[in-house]
Amino acid sequence: MKSTIFHFAAPQNFYRLAGQLWPLFGVVALLLTAWGLWLGLCVAPIDFQQGQAYRIIFVHVPASWMSMVIYVVMAFWALLGLTFNTRLSGMMGQALAPTGAIFAFLSLWTGALWGKPMWGAWWVWDARLTSELILFFLYLGYIALTHAIDDPRRADKAGGILALVGALNVPVIYFSVQWWNTLHQGASVSITKGSSMAQPMLEAMLIMSLAFWMYAIAMGLYRVRLIILLRERHAHWVTQLPEFNSASQGVAA
Amino acid sequence: MIWSSFSEFVHMGGYGLYVWGSLGGTAGLMLIEMAWVKQSRSAVVRQITQEWTAAAVQAKEAQP
Repeated sequence: MKSTIFHFAAPQNFYRLAGQLWPLFGVVALLLTAWGLWLGLCVAPIDFQQGQAYRIIFVHVPASWMSMVIYVVMAFWALLGLTFNTRLSGMMGQALAPTGAIFAFLSLWTGALWGKPMWGAWWVWDARLTSELILFFLYLGYIALTHAIDDPRRADKAGGILALVGALNVPVIYFSVQWWNTLHQGASVSITKGSSMAQPMLEAMLIMSLAFWMYAIAMGLYRVRLIILLRERHAHWVTQLPEFNSASQGVAA
Repeated sequence: MIWSSFSEFVHMGGYGLYVWGSLGGTAGLMLIEMAWVKQSRSAVVRQITQEWTAAAVQAKEAQP
């Protein structure tokens, strides 16, 4: 087990593994999305309070969860990178950040589309909404910072520190509905109290969450391969890749 | 199946704009992201290929 981890910690090996894995995660994401949407849009009954508008949660909740999960994963890679100085960690962080930013934006976008008919406002300066907006800006800041520094090692370090410090915001988002008197409703699904939702609604939401999870993994794996290629382009193994076959022959000639 | 007609499905009990705006925005951004990473990959492969070709040409010219 230990030797397997070290084997795939080498960018060269991880490049191949990621290339084999991302299509699998992509296919699973597609199948789960089809199933989740069918359940959520065609099977789940109408909500007695919110009417059909509640169906927005089938994308809003998964997107919001993933925006937080991805940031926590980035902080984990940052910690690993800063303590053990592993090469792959910084690349993983940078591969995940754009997808996390997109999910954070989608959380705000779908939330606004839910808020308008339900609260009568696209946006309120509520603790939940504001902390999610901060998360979106943290993602943008991370992307801007890592792109502004040319030396990849220094970019990884600076980004890693930002990811770690910013991770403090994640529990604030999660507990904001308990700590403050928010307009945003409390959790519908909780680890300690279980769920307060009807069965097909809950199923659809969990399946969509799993689908978004698979999508994020597929995207992260796809993107990390690009970062590996760019950083390792002077390494011998890159010249041997089939995607450069014609070019490497040109060099040899 | 809870819908009796397609128009009822599209209408979403009067919330069609909000429900389809959410789903459409999500699907749209995901499709854009997929197209974006695919395009970035071909850009990276092209950039590296060009660098190697340039290096090979330079090496050739350096020979007497």
